[in-house]
Amino acid sequence: MNAPISEPDLHAYADGRLAGARLTQMETWLAAHPERRAEVDAWRRQSAQLHRAYDAVLNEAIPARLMPPANPPRWLESRSVAAMAWLMLGALIGYLSGTHPTQQDTPHAPAASLPRMAAVAHAVYTPEVRHPVEVGADQEAHLVAWLSKRLGTPLKPPHLDQAGYQLVGGRLLAGDSGEVAQFMYENADKTRLTLYIQPQAAQTTDTSFRYARENGIDVFYWVEDRYGYALSGNTGRDDMLGLATLVYRQIAER
Amino acid sequence: MSRRDAIIAEIPRLRRYARALTGRTDAADDLVQQTLERALEKWRFWQRERALRPWLFSIMHNLRIDTLRGEARIEYRDDETLPELAQRADQDDALELRDLDRALALLPIEQREILLLVGLEELSYADVARALNVPPGTVMSRLSRARARLKAILAGEATPQLKVVKS
Repeated sequence: MNAPISEPDLHAYADGRLAGARLTQMETWLAAHPERRAEVDAWRRQSAQLHRAYDAVLNEAIPARLMPPANPPRWLESRSVAAMAWLMLGALIGYLSGTHPTQQDTPHAPAASLPRMAAVAHAVYTPEVRHPVEVGADQEAHLVAWLSKRLGTPLKPPHLDQAGYQLVGGRLLAGDSGEVAQFMYENADKTRLTLYIQPQAAQTTDTSFRYARENGIDVFYWVEDRYGYALSGNTGRDDMLGLATLVYRQIAER
Repeated sequence: MSRRDAIIAEIPRLRRYARALTGRTDAADDLVQQTLERALEKWRFWQRERALRPWLFSIMHNLRIDTLRGEARIEYRDDETLPELAQRADQDDALELRDLDRALALLPIEQREILLLVGLEELSYADVARALNVPPGTVMSRLSRARARLKAILAGEATPQLKVVKS
């Protein structure tokens, strides 16, 4: 038997929290109750309005005063010397790559911060249910024009359809040294990938593929023609390698 | 990704929420800064199995409660002090945002919090209940009241009788 529709159910529906039989039941019920349907639609418009009003904050550079200190003793649990050493190494890398914006990358390697920044951006935006991107793939021409203008290079999102991933859209973010672009892809299982594109500070001669694992996120990154690219996802290293190769080829062929 | 990076990854959302909650950039960032400082102090008490995001929102909520104590409950902002909104927007959008911001300011803070945590931050109802330390039923009833009231305010049906409180 179907449970009766309650007020909390209506909110859960408006917030996209119902699934399966309950969702079907709700849609049938709402079709027969146009007044409640109108109310639910109004709630959804409110949420959309909130996103339009405040999502811009997500793309602002984080003010320096809000950044946690790079290496406060409290962060260390001092469980082992090895952990300490590992953290200090991380702090050193952070120090070298993050806090000295004037420092140029070494000419032969992509910035050490590229995979880290890409993984952070991946973690921030892939869980977004309704607003994962600023400009959707349905406006691809606009998306391409806008991101190309902001990054100062013709930018085209690679297509990953042959691997089962569709372009969701893109957004502009504040990176370590200026604006960066993020494209998001999704497959039929709602698994998401992000491609992070960052202008490189210095001419880089090494375009070789590199791999990093950042808190469960697999990142393949490389440099091509003064831009750093990082593909992030968590479908496992082997799978990600195949996807990154696809992206790499499309970009290199341009 | 280190813990520091995990926290940094949450900052944009904390700022978005605080901006919508307070309506002011500087006050919002003050609140975020205090939240981050408190999170660092309490880091050892964070249980790994608990998601970081609701934990940070709960810290922010408790801080806001502390700050509110002894202050005027209702704050009215006139046109000059209306918040700036960071937005690439045309004029119509800007006006819409201004209206929305004003409307939010007219909601009781308990309703505003829940409306934003659900509608903007998309936290699960259970996470909202834990973050605000209220029973799940209270989340739903406040959400319901908040949405009805926001709708009325935006439609111009609710003209609140508020006194200007100088802080």
